[in-house]
Amino acid sequence: MFTLRILFALAFAVFASTVAFAQGFGTPISETEIATWDISIMPDGAGLPPGRGTPEQGGKIYAVKCALCHGPEAKGGTNAALVGGAPLTTGIDTPKTIANFWPYATTLFDFTRRAMPWQQPRTLTNDEVYALTAYILALNKIIGPNDVMDAGTLPKVRMPNRDGFIVRFPERMP
Amino acid sequence: MAGNRRTRRPDDLEAAAGNGLLHRRAFLTGGAAFAAAVTGYTLSETAAAQQLTDAPWSQGRGVAVQEYGTPSPFEKQVVRTLSNPRGEPRTQHGRTPHHLINGTFTPNGLHFVISHSGNPDIDPSQHRLVIHGLVRRPLVFTLDALARYPMVSRMAFVECGGNSAPLFSNEPVQADVQAIHGLVSCAEWTGVMLSTLLEETGIDPKATWLIAEGADSLALSRSVPMTKALDDAMIALYQNGERLMPGNGYPMRLLLPGWEGNMQVKWLRRLKLVDAPAMSYYEARTYAPILPNGKAYQFYFLQEVKSFITHPSPGLKLNGPGVYEISGVAYSANGRIAKVMVTADGGRSWAQAALQDPVHPKAFTRFRVPWRWDGGPVVLQSRAWDEGGNVQPTRAEIIARRGQTAKPVTNPAAFTSQHYNGPTSWRVEANGEVKNVYA
Repeated sequence: MFTLRILFALAFAVFASTVAFAQGFGTPISETEIATWDISIMPDGAGLPPGRGTPEQGGKIYAVKCALCHGPEAKGGTNAALVGGAPLTTGIDTPKTIANFWPYATTLFDFTRRAMPWQQPRTLTNDEVYALTAYILALNKIIGPNDVMDAGTLPKVRMPNRDGFIVRFPERMP
Repeated sequence: MAGNRRTRRPDDLEAAAGNGLLHRRAFLTGGAAFAAAVTGYTLSETAAAQQLTDAPWSQGRGVAVQEYGTPSPFEKQVVRTLSNPRGEPRTQHGRTPHHLINGTFTPNGLHFVISHSGNPDIDPSQHRLVIHGLVRRPLVFTLDALARYPMVSRMAFVECGGNSAPLFSNEPVQADVQAIHGLVSCAEWTGVMLSTLLEETGIDPKATWLIAEGADSLALSRSVPMTKALDDAMIALYQNGERLMPGNGYPMRLLLPGWEGNMQVKWLRRLKLVDAPAMSYYEARTYAPILPNGKAYQFYFLQEVKSFITHPSPGLKLNGPGVYEISGVAYSANGRIAKVMVTADGGRSWAQAALQDPVHPKAFTRFRVPWRWDGGPVVLQSRAWDEGGNVQPTRAEIIARRGQTAKPVTNPAAFTSQHYNGPTSWRVEANGEVKNVYA
């Protein structure tokens, strides 16, 4: 009788542990193990790592790691200029720039960290990414020349075209 | 009746609209006489009949079978056009030659590809897909693990948000259907429904979006509403029966039937459930078309109802007056194609096209109309409706809402804007040549 009760309890335990989740073949993994891949930065700053950087620091890194493609002082080279930009009313094919288009400064940190430099993505340190972000934002006069960018200040930067968007299909939004 | 069919001549075919468009019934009742009358499109003049002889390839041994088949050497011209053939550090585009293929599936080697930083050379045994964030338990999947789930197959078109962009030019671009519409293709995709995997991870009710990310060097990422993820999103593993092509996401991609190609993240390695969109580079910047008032559309998502004629089209010369088949493809993010109308007089009168069965939702539907060309200049155009009642807008309607360029576009590969789903007009000249016009 006692044995039977244990068996029943065991069976119930097994049932209880599986009922919460569908049967499957995925392997549990911890967020710590995912950390290297978990590089998305949200507009509210969620995901921003520790670190900091100034426009001055960023200018030095830019000259070494970015100017080859984006030109001196980010004025453009074989790849896009990172400074300036015409008003969007110039035409539907106006080149989109950080200053005339990008709604969130966090996107600049996110994309620089995940994709740049083109030939060696994800080799910049977090401090370097903060510094480059600060440099580009300062060149565009979106922040001051001495403003420090970090996880606290970057999400508070208000981009000029922040309110320039219309959701195409509102009914498809969550 | 059979006697009538045998004696039916092209002159008896019923007119359906101006400039020689015939009733689609001709496909059913025209029989051999109709088939014989269809002259087809040629890249060279048709030879006159002559005495038949045995050709060299009919005498003696044939060529050995290949392990992996490739098209006939005579089909060498049926290839994608490449925007960046040397793989320089910028985006690469390979466009589908719609005028040189037929049917509804795109062969895998001709499926369009856009690769923003080159195709990663992924070892499938090392590849992992992780699902985490606002889930009850994060899970990681190997390709072998995914192979153990129930699979589904479905047809779906995939279209770049920038496909057809040359049609935003204020003057018609002199380009062929491959240059204008080559960034859409259609395949049968087989894989595991994303909802199946999300059932296993569990979903925190706070999750409204997921961020999908690739294993390419850019770690390209896009935000996708959970509503789409739980509706018909698939982790696609097979493309037209074989493993995905490297350019289409090998060994796995996110398939979001009918939605913007860029969102259907290739080389998929991570899905993170979140409570807001990430505003990633490609959603915050690239795939947000500028409007004439200086605002921009955001979260366009849908590839709306569209059609274009592939036969005839620039490069396919009409070989003199006679009966031809006009055909093309139609598709919509909103489900099945319900109707396609075709005009040969620039929109004054329309004939309903025959739709090739079966008509799949969110997939290419081949349409066909018989047409007797009298040899004069005409303008051909198609217009599609989907089962949701959405209709392809006229070019005037699109331009009124979306604008056009101030100067003529000289490079058809340039992206002046995105999400053009208006009509394409082909003018057939008296000499049988076809060119892009606005009508």
